[in-house]
Amino acid sequence: MSAEREMREPPTSLPRPPEELDQLEKAWALPKGLGVLSSVNNTSIGLFYIGTSLLFFLGAGVLALIMRIQLAVPDNTLVGPQAYNQMFTMHGTVMMFLFAIPVVEAIAVYLLPNMLGARDLPFPRLSAYAFWAYAIGGIAFFTTIFFGASPDGGWFMYPPLSSAEHSPGIGADFWLLGIGFIEISAIAGAIELIVGILLTRAPGMTLGRMPIYAWSMLVVAVMIVFAFPAVIAGTALLELERAFDWPFFIAARGGDPILWQHLFWFFGHPEVYIIFLPAAGMVSMMIPALAGVPLVGYRAVVIALVTVATFSFALWAHHMFTAGLGSLSLSLVSAASLAVAVPTGVQVFAWLATLWRGRLRITGASLFLLGFLFIFVLGGLTGVMVAVLPFDWQVHDSYFVVAHLHYVLIGGMVFPMFAALYFWSPLINGHPLSERLARWIFALMFGGFNLAFFPMHISGLLGMPRRVYTYDAHLGWNTLNLLSSVGAFILAAGILLFTIDAIRTWRRRTVPTGNPWNAPTLEWLPNGEYGTRSIPQVDSGDPLWTNPGMPEEVEAGRHWLPGTTSGRRETLVTTPGKAVASHVLLLPGDSWLPVISAAGTAGFFLLLTVKWLVTAWLCGVTAVIAAIIWLWSSDPKPHAAKVAVTDNDRLPVGAVGVRSHSWWAMVVLIVVDASICASFAFAHVHVSMLSEVCPPAGARLPAAGLALLAAGLYLASSLPVEAARRRRTLSGSARECRLLTGAVVIALLVMIAATVALISGHVEAGLSPGANAWSATIAALAGYQVLHVVLMAVMGCYLIARIWTRRLGPRSRATLDNTGLMWHYTALQGAAMIVLVQVLPALMNLVAA
Amino acid sequence: MTGSAAHAAQAAQSVLQPATATADSIFEIGVVLTIGAALIFLGVMTLLALSLRRRPPSRRPSRASERLWIVGGGVVFPVLVLSALMVYASVRTSGLTTRADLADGLVIAVTARLWWWEVRYRDPASGKDVVLANEMRIPVGRPLTLALDSADVIHSFWVPELAGKIDMVPGRLHHLHLEARQPGVHRGQCAEYCGEQHARMALHVVALAPEEFDAWLAAQAAPAAAPPDDLAQRGREAFLHERCNACHTIRGVSEESDLGPDLTHVGSRLFIGAGTLPTHRGTLGGWIADTQGIKPGARMPSFDRLDGQTLNALATYLDHLK
Repeated sequence: MSAEREMREPPTSLPRPPEELDQLEKAWALPKGLGVLSSVNNTSIGLFYIGTSLLFFLGAGVLALIMRIQLAVPDNTLVGPQAYNQMFTMHGTVMMFLFAIPVVEAIAVYLLPNMLGARDLPFPRLSAYAFWAYAIGGIAFFTTIFFGASPDGGWFMYPPLSSAEHSPGIGADFWLLGIGFIEISAIAGAIELIVGILLTRAPGMTLGRMPIYAWSMLVVAVMIVFAFPAVIAGTALLELERAFDWPFFIAARGGDPILWQHLFWFFGHPEVYIIFLPAAGMVSMMIPALAGVPLVGYRAVVIALVTVATFSFALWAHHMFTAGLGSLSLSLVSAASLAVAVPTGVQVFAWLATLWRGRLRITGASLFLLGFLFIFVLGGLTGVMVAVLPFDWQVHDSYFVVAHLHYVLIGGMVFPMFAALYFWSPLINGHPLSERLARWIFALMFGGFNLAFFPMHISGLLGMPRRVYTYDAHLGWNTLNLLSSVGAFILAAGILLFTIDAIRTWRRRTVPTGNPWNAPTLEWLPNGEYGTRSIPQVDSGDPLWTNPGMPEEVEAGRHWLPGTTSGRRETLVTTPGKAVASHVLLLPGDSWLPVISAAGTAGFFLLLTVKWLVTAWLCGVTAVIAAIIWLWSSDPKPHAAKVAVTDNDRLPVGAVGVRSHSWWAMVVLIVVDASICASFAFAHVHVSMLSEVCPPAGARLPAAGLALLAAGLYLASSLPVEAARRRRTLSGSARECRLLTGAVVIALLVMIAATVALISGHVEAGLSPGANAWSATIAALAGYQVLHVVLMAVMGCYLIARIWTRRLGPRSRATLDNTGLMWHYTALQGAAMIVLVQVLPALMNLVAA
Repeated sequence: MTGSAAHAAQAAQSVLQPATATADSIFEIGVVLTIGAALIFLGVMTLLALSLRRRPPSRRPSRASERLWIVGGGVVFPVLVLSALMVYASVRTSGLTTRADLADGLVIAVTARLWWWEVRYRDPASGKDVVLANEMRIPVGRPLTLALDSADVIHSFWVPELAGKIDMVPGRLHHLHLEARQPGVHRGQCAEYCGEQHARMALHVVALAPEEFDAWLAAQAAPAAAPPDDLAQRGREAFLHERCNACHTIRGVSEESDLGPDLTHVGSRLFIGAGTLPTHRGTLGGWIADTQGIKPGARMPSFDRLDGQTLNALATYLDHLK
């Protein structure tokens, strides 16, 4: 221990009141029996979430095995083309959207609060809602394979193949819907993680002491916020085209199939890193713990994570090297694709140096970590190969790429995940997985993986394209394919053995976990449903190594918030940078409402797809009502102004403005929203630039006068809301209630007037979204604005209800503040899109001239 | 034609057997990349193996040397290697992207359809279009341009021994420049997933000596041959009677539709069904009777209602259309 790390006396003294622990346990008690499904605690939701995503992993894996049987010999007729095409579409879609993204968020939901010293995530019911929407929607989506009603357009769903003309069945709608659920849960998860990581770390855990895994999840959550909106917008446009014949992607009517590829890959490429970076973060936790030394190059690794994330947004077009884009832009993308190897190299060498510094104990987890390094480095190198343009022209969409992507995804994400399951399994019930079986499982998985996927590099170079249900015997691919099929089954045998061991282990009786690997981070502190008994004061990046007495201190209640001050669930909020204790946050308890709301949401979309309209709308209404009841109890008035959390610290309960977790969540949501709108705007600019004249023949711009009026009214509607938001006191007097209500009503009327002006401008100009893609993109923008106006009407009414039931107060004003934020955003969005549509043709003429 | 057909049945579509200057240079880049990647992989794995050895703590590296690991191994080394790679790849391929002289060379238009290839030449004698399907013949030593587009969904043109692939996107026209070095048959296959029969969408490119090519094109420009005997004559009648001409054109017989492949010289082609079966009388008959069994989902229905005699006549006629 260095001198400056001298032991500090823990902040809370003994003895603790005898009833304190009981109260804490009672507040966090897990519901009995089936009630456990209503639990919103991150440890329950996290495990449900991990379990569900692993089920999808197994299901999509079985599909892969069937495909490997089909491809084991040439001209096989076991599976026909229709079934095969559904299978590979489902395999890719389920692995990417229902396994890989959910499982990284699931592990974070489970691990992060404990790792950060929080009792739960800041929005437990949102996690529960996101999980249940995903689980119900995902399982319903998966079952379509049993009815032959699955999508068959590939996991990338390129139009025109996925259009109403070429995919008239409901398979493509199911795909769009299945993606919808993961969009919801991914965004909810991202909000949860960003706010949780920034605001609920243990006191003293500055950004510089934060575990690398938390850094990686913070980076990934921010990436989700910017990447997912593109695919949200893309899927919305595709569904609009399929349902209402708005021709965004139909070339004959001014649309462009390539537009979809831009939107999809703007999401799809960062997505690869959204999957990989959490795994890299876990590796950066496990290697130091198992080697017994701190990570070498902590700062370099953090910088590398941020750099990878930034680069990943610059290279979406590397999936489009053969799509005939301009050669200059392709060269830039190629350069960026190569450059992304540098920060990844930094991480690899940080791991190597850490291994060099310490001594790796060979455990099940270490085997998978070594397997990861082997497979991932190879996959990374073939990634450099495909980043070289001419080489990609040959291997693009061939089995070489199938090999490459499985090396990076299975190597980069699945092997670290298995390492993580071995490493963190004791947190579940105190039992590690069998170390003896681990050797067999690893040998089968590692050997099977390489046997399955290495030959694909060669079959790709011999010309075998992806996504073929069969192939001719004379092309020289027979032996290679047979090897791949055998390897796939060996890999599957390993996973089966793991599944058996995991079920066996995780069903055992819970025993205390301890710290079996002598790891340095907080998740290994003794903990219960409430997290740790007291929230530790952290003084280093490896707190359990620098303060070996911490487990006893924490368990005895000698650190922060050693009980519950309100008798309810609480956690400690700290400042984002320096992690100085700020206030106590009351957390909502277990509830069926998120489950009901999620089931309603899933029912709404699923039944809409199969056209059971009445039942669908009943489900939708149920979802909204459940959500409103659940929201109604949030943002309560604090039970005390200040409460004691240590011997010397008294903290306020709840917070307003930038200190409030809900303010942060709303800001993140608005960023998501703006990114979606930007994607629609991108679509509009893209099709405008394609057409020879803008507006295209037969269409004309809405009159400038009406448009300006609408823009002005939108901005004006913000003024009364802002005036209301600026009221600091909020006494709850009848006069105040009338004033606030008046402001909201006036603002709403002005906003509606603006919308009427906007729409009548379009009607007067004769804009018809079915006529051409240009008109359709304008209609999409306007539709998005109308959706926001409806949302503001709902939020406005909700705010008025809160006002008159006297639920607003100086310290419980989140409804007012957040409605204000969203209102301003809606106003700005409306004005901005109107200006864009009006100015773009003039701008294009200017550039042309 | 039998010798050539036997040869064609063995035609490969391998990146590892380049047959043009373009494919050569990509092959060379691939070799360089593979060797480089293998060396780096071995190096990193050696470091990994060494890091697992038991070492006394005194021989463990200092903080300064650890920094060297990250800066040297993680930053300097990849930046140098990748920059060199960028320069090498762009120098080696600078010639590939420069456009051949469009006005001068031969232009062949290829339109991808669900799930076959329409190939279109301009007959130098008459100036008329000559349309064929799933097979392209090119002259050795003459630069040519392929004009690639799609009639329906996105496809991708990939004949690995000739060049890298280029997507065929509705509403866009992409170009590919080629020059065959020696006679031979090269197989290609659609490389962008395009639906149910993506797997059975192959095409063959036959490189011929220039004079052979000219003769071949002149023959293809001619209308269909007259039926040589009664059987073929009955086949010709069946072609019209069964309304095959609702989808297929045979120049000189019926030119009312171009929904399906042009059959004017179908008997001269190496394969039918977009590379699915070699062309002869038996396969032609089998294809007509059981299209959906051989290539499920193909746009042509199985004509299993035809009696054996009609089928035989039809197949005989088509086989004669050399």
